[in-house]
Amino acid sequence: MTAKPEIASPAVGEVVLSAAVREEIDHWVAKYPPEHKQSALMAALRIAQEDNGGWLSQGHLNAVAEYLQVAPTLVTEVATFYSMYELAPVGRHKICVCTNISCMLRGSEEIMAHLTDRLGVDPGQTTPDGRFTLKTVECLGACVGAPMMQVGRTYHEHLTPERVDRILDSLE
Amino acid sequence: MLNIQINGVDVQVKHGTAIIDAAAESGIVIPRFCYHKKLSTVASCRMCLVEVEKMPKAMPACATPVAEGMKIHTKSPKALNAQRGVLEFLLINHPLDCPVCDQGGDCPLQEASLGFGGGVSHYDFDKRVLHNPDFGPLVATDMMRCILCTRCIRFSREIAGVDDISTAGRGENIRIASQTGHPLTSELSGNLIDLCPVGALTSKPARFTGRPWEYQHRSALGPHDSFGSHLQLDVRGTKVMRVVARECEEINETWLSDRDRFSYQGLYSADRLTTPRIREKGIWREVDWSTALEFVANGLQQVRKTHGAPALGALVAPTATLEESYLIQKLIRTAGSPHIDHRLRQRDFSDQAHDPVFPWLGGAITALEQKTAFLVVGSYLRKEHPLVNHRLRKAVLRGAHAMFLDAVDRAYNYPTSVSMVVPPSAWERSLLAVAKAAHAITGRAIPTGLDALWESIECEAIHRTTAEHLVNAASAVLLLGNVAHAHPRFGALRNLANAVAELTGASVGYLPEGAGTVGAWLTGCVPHRGPGGKTVTVGQDWHTMVTGGVKGLLILGAELERDCADPSAALKGLHQAAFVVSLSPWVSPAQEAYAHALLPIAPYAETSGTYLNLEGRWQSFQGVVAPLGETRPAWKVLRVLGNLMDLSGFDYFSSDQVLAEAREAIGEVTPNNAMPCVVPAAISSETPALERFGEVPPYAQDALVRRASALQATPDGRVPIAARMHSATLAGCGLIEGAQVSVRQGEGVVRLPIIVDDRVAKGCVFVPSASVETAALGPVVGGAVTVVAV
Repeated sequence: MTAKPEIASPAVGEVVLSAAVREEIDHWVAKYPPEHKQSALMAALRIAQEDNGGWLSQGHLNAVAEYLQVAPTLVTEVATFYSMYELAPVGRHKICVCTNISCMLRGSEEIMAHLTDRLGVDPGQTTPDGRFTLKTVECLGACVGAPMMQVGRTYHEHLTPERVDRILDSLE
Repeated sequence: MLNIQINGVDVQVKHGTAIIDAAAESGIVIPRFCYHKKLSTVASCRMCLVEVEKMPKAMPACATPVAEGMKIHTKSPKALNAQRGVLEFLLINHPLDCPVCDQGGDCPLQEASLGFGGGVSHYDFDKRVLHNPDFGPLVATDMMRCILCTRCIRFSREIAGVDDISTAGRGENIRIASQTGHPLTSELSGNLIDLCPVGALTSKPARFTGRPWEYQHRSALGPHDSFGSHLQLDVRGTKVMRVVARECEEINETWLSDRDRFSYQGLYSADRLTTPRIREKGIWREVDWSTALEFVANGLQQVRKTHGAPALGALVAPTATLEESYLIQKLIRTAGSPHIDHRLRQRDFSDQAHDPVFPWLGGAITALEQKTAFLVVGSYLRKEHPLVNHRLRKAVLRGAHAMFLDAVDRAYNYPTSVSMVVPPSAWERSLLAVAKAAHAITGRAIPTGLDALWESIECEAIHRTTAEHLVNAASAVLLLGNVAHAHPRFGALRNLANAVAELTGASVGYLPEGAGTVGAWLTGCVPHRGPGGKTVTVGQDWHTMVTGGVKGLLILGAELERDCADPSAALKGLHQAAFVVSLSPWVSPAQEAYAHALLPIAPYAETSGTYLNLEGRWQSFQGVVAPLGETRPAWKVLRVLGNLMDLSGFDYFSSDQVLAEAREAIGEVTPNNAMPCVVPAAISSETPALERFGEVPPYAQDALVRRASALQATPDGRVPIAARMHSATLAGCGLIEGAQVSVRQGEGVVRLPIIVDDRVAKGCVFVPSASVETAALGPVVGGAVTVVAV
């Protein structure tokens, strides 16, 4: 797993969650008892991230904290803990390669080597053309198809370097 | 009670006790890092694993409550094996740099490793590397040493009530991070140092200056507020090296305010006065003690001869010990003068006949937690009395209503129910409105004349809410803080507070300003009361004294250019006095200008003495280091001075003798704040367009803390010397932010920059007091000012 970047700057712009985002968060808030709005935090972060082109600024974290009435530090803890939240801008396609035990035994190191070679970036980085962000992640629960990677929302299993090439070629 | 067995011994413990506490009751120590009795239990470090029979795995003793018949083994092979394994994991990323670590020798991790760890680690890979976040001038960080117990985070959230640090990341990358990049802002942040079980958070001022095994651990008391916190001074040779908390459940629990923890730095500031000095023909020279004391005695005798004994007077700082207060009032009164005062930050003495025998909290400190509503009048409680605020915070978290009457809308670390933010001149009207609203609810008997006063007062929703909360509370208290005491109509304010108390069923409590305030009251360091509140010839208050009332002045421990409610008047008066003696541990340029003799007296840590705290608790302490240079304890100086002036009764061999005599003189005193409400004849009709509000900044309260460099470097120590105004006030004056203005109050004028601060009440100009830059202005609270662009 690669280290997440420190949150860039304490000087953050004010972020206002759009009405659509708020409505979607409300849908999740309604699933929990009213005094446990905090339970909707992960969903709220996902919704805010999708709305913002795949990443969350400190302003977004603060806005979510305020909307759910939880401490901003708690939101930071959650956002930095889970690998699906991005705290810096990402490319159009986010490639998450599983390097956990099953995938590693089935050759994820070779897949990673091929990806870094082809894209010319290290894990955690984005290609200069803004097309791909490459990162390593822990188990995504698809061991049966190891080695695997997730691109956007799609799982790709039984990877080989050739298969990886075909997948990447098919993406804009 | 439950019957359990620990290490083969049958014991009875209370239902709900965790194993770790049950074991402690039997004197069995279980190693722990994350568990702290004052913080929530997270069981994250796993160091306290013990064997419980019939449970398949070792259990964390901190998070496992006892059950009937439970058999616990803390030293069995299973328990020890589990602890050894945990410790090996905790040490995987720990740098083991004990030889260069400030915590070394005083470190739970080191001790646990020695007592419970193995000698060898199986780990031979790279250790992780972390950057150290900036936690400000008080707390040094070394995050490589962190074992992620999260005590610091839980303290910040649960006790300090601030949201500034958290974990970031996960797994191997998890670390403690500052949320905003800003340094810690809590007035209690130094407790992180005591809490951290490893060397990750250590004291920045004490860093790399000593090792714990070189220190003698000596006891002391908090020298600043009247809380009476228990301190442990770590002393090496003749120097105080650092201060840590000493546990006292009834007072400071396990906490200390930063002020008490870091102010010791001021003991070694460059302007410490270490040799007596006298001024002859305008020239200062250093002399030995006998010359200085003779000079002083002669000077005072001269004043007495020329102008009569009542031309002498004494002013005492609220940091003086009970012994010092007792001796100086005895000196002055035996010399034939009734003029003695310590209420240097008070302005209004019109109602002093109705002062309680000593103003106190009105109950035990622990009882504050049981309050269900409180109204604080004129205090930035959080900074003035940090641990009072901490106790009240606990009450608020249990549902109590926190209410404030202040000229600034403060940031408290708990939700406030009511915040009445009005200029000081409107405080009387606010209290009157609350009283009127309370009467409408309770219908209790109106104190005579009060209805006439409130006839023209309109009750707003905020007043009605305040009254409702006070009336409905099972236990409510009105607390009068430092700014209330400095209010130009303190007497009226106090009586109106009494009226609100009568009409709502609440009680009234005082928050005495300094560590020595209660002692000064009880020993008769006030012009209208002798020791124990006995009747005496009424002398002059400090303001009358310095503005021409007396010719010869003894000043004990105060720097009047900062330590009084009207520095410009004080300075003017002092320059005209015939003979001024300053007994002070430090020398300031202003003192050099107004004093004729400077006698170096020992500050806290260098002298023995007694402080009474705000609940009236007598606590004595010893000097823990030798006085610096030629410095002498003030009680000795006053004793010799008494003898040199041929006054009888000044033969003491120890401060204990002084204490015994003072105790006898004071006698049995029952504190009682419930004074009858004396309804003021009228309330203040003055409503200046602009009025001064000038509280003492958090770290400017007394001479010691002003010299503590690390505290001065914190945001609370760097309160800008500026005129802070509400944007609406500013627009009304046609001024803009950042502009240089001249602020005029009475005859005083100072040039200051303007800062827009919408937390300041409209119509108020907030100019901090206790600063030389603003000393030229008049009374620090209330009073008309004009602000003109320059």
